[in-house]
Amino acid sequence: MEGTLPPLLQETGIPLHEYQEIVRLLGREPGRLELYLFKVMWSEHCSYKNSRPLLKLLPKEGPAVLQGPGENAGVVEIGEGWAVAFKIESHNHPSAVEPVQGAATGVGGIIRDIVAMGARPIALLNSLRFGKLEGPEGDRTRYLVRGVVEGIAHYGNAIGIPTVGGEVYFHPDYQENPLVNAMCLGLLRVEELKKSRASLGRPVYYVGSKTGRDGIGGAAFASEELSEENESKRPSVQVGDPFMGKLTLEVTLEAIRRDLVEGVQDMGAAGLTSSLSELAHKSGLGIELNLDLVPKREAGMNPLELMLSESQERMVLVPRPGKEKELEALAAHYGLDAVPVAHTIAPPVFRVLHQGQVVAEVPTFALADCPTYTREGQEEPGLARLREADLSALPIPSDLQGILLRLLASPNLCSRAPIFERYDHQVGTNTVLVPGKGDAAILRIKGTRRGLAVKVDANPRYSKLSPRLGAMHALAEAARNVSVVGGKPLAYTDGLNCGNPETPQGYFELSETIAGLAEASAALGLPVVSGNVSLYNEGPNYRIPPTPMVGVVGLLEEVERRAELGLRKAGEFVVLIGSPEGHLGASEYLWVVHGQEAGSPPPLDLTMEAQAQAAIRNLIERGWVHTAHDVAEGGLAVALAEMCLPYGLGATLELRSHARPDALLYGEAPGRILFSVDQAHLQQAVKVLEAYGLPHSVLGQVGGDHLTLLLPKEQITWPVEALRRAWEQPLREVLP
Amino acid sequence: MKVAVIQFPGSNCDQDAVWALRLVGLQAELVWHTEKSLEGFQAVLLPGGFSYGDYLRAGALAKFSPVMEEVRRLAERGYPVVGICNGFQVLTEAGLLPGALLANTNLHFTCKDVFLRVERTDLPFTNGYQPGQVLKIPIAHGEGRYYADAQTLERLEQNRQVVFRYVPSPSSPAEEGGGFNPNGSLNDIAGIVNERGNVLGMMPHPERAVEDALGSTDGRPFFSSLKRALGVVA
Repeated sequence: MEGTLPPLLQETGIPLHEYQEIVRLLGREPGRLELYLFKVMWSEHCSYKNSRPLLKLLPKEGPAVLQGPGENAGVVEIGEGWAVAFKIESHNHPSAVEPVQGAATGVGGIIRDIVAMGARPIALLNSLRFGKLEGPEGDRTRYLVRGVVEGIAHYGNAIGIPTVGGEVYFHPDYQENPLVNAMCLGLLRVEELKKSRASLGRPVYYVGSKTGRDGIGGAAFASEELSEENESKRPSVQVGDPFMGKLTLEVTLEAIRRDLVEGVQDMGAAGLTSSLSELAHKSGLGIELNLDLVPKREAGMNPLELMLSESQERMVLVPRPGKEKELEALAAHYGLDAVPVAHTIAPPVFRVLHQGQVVAEVPTFALADCPTYTREGQEEPGLARLREADLSALPIPSDLQGILLRLLASPNLCSRAPIFERYDHQVGTNTVLVPGKGDAAILRIKGTRRGLAVKVDANPRYSKLSPRLGAMHALAEAARNVSVVGGKPLAYTDGLNCGNPETPQGYFELSETIAGLAEASAALGLPVVSGNVSLYNEGPNYRIPPTPMVGVVGLLEEVERRAELGLRKAGEFVVLIGSPEGHLGASEYLWVVHGQEAGSPPPLDLTMEAQAQAAIRNLIERGWVHTAHDVAEGGLAVALAEMCLPYGLGATLELRSHARPDALLYGEAPGRILFSVDQAHLQQAVKVLEAYGLPHSVLGQVGGDHLTLLLPKEQITWPVEALRRAWEQPLREVLP
Repeated sequence: MKVAVIQFPGSNCDQDAVWALRLVGLQAELVWHTEKSLEGFQAVLLPGGFSYGDYLRAGALAKFSPVMEEVRRLAERGYPVVGICNGFQVLTEAGLLPGALLANTNLHFTCKDVFLRVERTDLPFTNGYQPGQVLKIPIAHGEGRYYADAQTLERLEQNRQVVFRYVPSPSSPAEEGGGFNPNGSLNDIAGIVNERGNVLGMMPHPERAVEDALGSTDGRPFFSSLKRALGVVA
């Protein structure tokens, strides 16, 4: 077989050594349909074949964890009989080809993952990456931004789940390959937790939309590099229907509430193939599927199309014995199809029937147990030199005042309102901290005093220059944002977006990213409970920076004890936790003002980070602090400006340091938090910071309508309205 | 005193409406759109959402739901009927209120706080407000631009059928994204009532402004007004 590949291998793109493994597992040559089942199930998207050995490094256990990675979503207990299910997932390649539907179905898909656990979705977030807004490439970027935002709004608003947060980042390395990751979280009663399981001899129901020719082979598409050829892969992009999504969600949740079902599985990537083979494999059983029974949108679909279709809004439900008719009646009430298309069988095989013939029969373990790969990684040549660049000779700009306006107007720091105003962020009446008001979103849990805080973060510039440190920063920052609103981080979900793992550089970045996450997880005591890998975000002339989108969920025992980011009361004191001096390496300032992407991301002391987060939570829990904000990209000056904007209230503050003034104003460093406190509690608050062993300084007082910063050798003043004008406009021009 | 909250397929503010009604002490129950009787209910609320996906035109299919005949009958008998957001769209499509709701002038869905002035306080929905009171209440819609022909508009104004009107923020921090009228509604109309004063439609969501935790309690008197009105009827 060496030399010329059989035509079937050329057609499917399955490498020869994997084909030989398939033959070994089957004990015979596979048929064409069977080979396609392996193609989709052994894709990176379904099998994690390049990432699984690395992902083993991540801590997955914790006292509150009810379900770690491996099911449709992770589940964490939050007290009073409640639990939260959450997961992040990518929909990058579909969004690059067809931004509206790509983003919409990304949202629909992650919602079904949450529903499959028995949880009612209560919030959506998204993490987006685009290329340049300026220059000739800007047109395509604007087209993508508008399309993706429209798709997210279209699906989330109509299905009635609030989009409460997210982040957007613009960087030239995403020009050819935008990223669209969607996160969902849902609430469930602990006793209603569902898994993808079925007992022997049970009918397996297909519920929801009919199967069409859309999205054929999408999972495999997601695991290939984008190219000109993919532009013709438009049929690989699924089409979303939030109305059907809503009905499918209600049927599934009501079936669980009425205890009609023993198992639930989302029909997502790789459609019938993945959902049914995984259900059988996890149950230690086989399954027999009759394709003639599958509800079809169009006539004449062949077995291959039916097996690979990724038509949306479909679920797999396994009724409890005797509850079949009740389940059918429930679906009929909502006008949905509910058909027993399959049943579980004892031999552990996935058997597919079509017009009375067996058209495929493969062992379920063979589909599930894809060979995994451990490869040699190598850092991008030249990156180390860039990272070690000496920035001390960088000229100090004379116009330090104007730089703040430029930074606030940078696409990465300007107001996100033009985006989040298009999302319904309040439906459900649980959103107590809406987008733009705090560092993380907060959702209250009706009938309790509790709340959940959630935030997703990743800094591609940090990760590009140091994948390991960048990943550590991503987790530290997401956890910091949750802490800064008053939430105690419980666990996280990770969307790992990287380049091609089959190249040494792509593999290096993936493995370093996971190693960094593992280190930060252990130090911060945060397990990962769910996640997604999106590899192959690479083409002939580009590779995205490793982008670990980390979504942290935290708990507020008293949702009334929380902090927002805006300064609200004149006369309050502004306190900084951490050093006033920031680093220039990998900073937004260095990029915007000096046009450089160089230096190392700031060093990260995870012990101090954990202390700083614990301290701010402590101050919020005591009810002394109602305003807090983390110091992130753009440094202290940008963070302070952001605190002035919500209520138009200024402050006069002193920065005592002999550091170069640009590092003082615009340098970046982790573990830094700004908060305000009234005079009555200032001394006590400072004592708390001392008890945590944290460096801190009282910078000054809130008041007036100007932000004034006093440096050792100069004084700089900005009218808050001028800051607002610079900050509000840029994205409004993209999304009018 | 029991309020029926109608659930069309695709409604998504139904549970929020029930929560708000119960918060002020009213009884509220969800009623599926295929029900043919509203026996035992003293008021009806058509909630927000995307009934039937809003695929044809917002509210255009919901008006054919079996329950709408009964809603019409109650409206004609003088029972309070409220339509919020998509519910307002359903009421205009069903001809229970005049005019129509067109796409916002910005041509996209918009979710944010707006300010409304209460133009009438002699209604079962507004008796708890002060005349001219300004409320902070969120909107969340893509098709909320109130439109009616000149004659209808004049009649609405003459009969004092405009109940809520968009106004600038009283504290007036810089308005993000243009004027205070968020969708281009004629005469800044946010909510209207029928001539008899018992059928009200509004685009903003009072059920999203009933607790401090939600950032505003200005919607709460809307529901307590209804409670008081129903108490008086009984």
